[in-house]
Amino acid sequence: MSAGPGLESLVDQTISVITNDGRNIVGVLKGFDQATNIILDESHERVYSTKEGVQQLVLGLYIIRGDNISIVGELDEDLDSNLDLSKLRAHPLKPVIH
Amino acid sequence: MLFFSYFKDLVGREVTVELKNDLAIRGTLHSVDQYLNIKLENSRVVDQDKYPHMTGEQDAGNDLGLRLSVRNCFIRGSVVRYVQLPPEGVDTELLHDATRREARGG
Repeated sequence: MSAGPGLESLVDQTISVITNDGRNIVGVLKGFDQATNIILDESHERVYSTKEGVQQLVLGLYIIRGDNISIVGELDEDLDSNLDLSKLRAHPLKPVIH
Repeated sequence: MLFFSYFKDLVGREVTVELKNDLAIRGTLHSVDQYLNIKLENSRVVDQDKYPHMTGEQDAGNDLGLRLSVRNCFIRGSVVRYVQLPPEGVDTELLHDATRREARGG
């Protein structure tokens, strides 16, 4: 019946995905399906730590299985470019426990 | 289907979604679907200092606090633990009746 809040509006936008194991992956949303499987282009993972600044690991073109996704956030590029990742400290996100 | 319909009626309200990884996100309910996936607008993380993962620039001297680089977010239904609602938004009588009907029909 209702397709509801598809990820349609986010296609070709930069998004920030938080996975069930607590990882944060940023990339451009290229495709998705009803199971929330996602195709992410130009993706990189942001690894947060309490001891050093944020590490960015380049991944490239990725498919992330919907089972593993917690949050898909719409990234505001301007605000994000203001972030000083080298100064940011954070505890790693907790994994999802069902 | 009951809660799907219930959430559809709550669109536009401020809710706080608590996830199974203990993250809590407050925002305006934009839409919901049959899987109870939730889309929030103007989302902000409750307790931002602990979880800067979705935040924008930190302005230490400014009381206005953090600006989010993630404003709208899509939360997968499977990962929601609680949805905290404003009490004024909850009609317990209506819910009670709907539940009774659903239980009888199911």
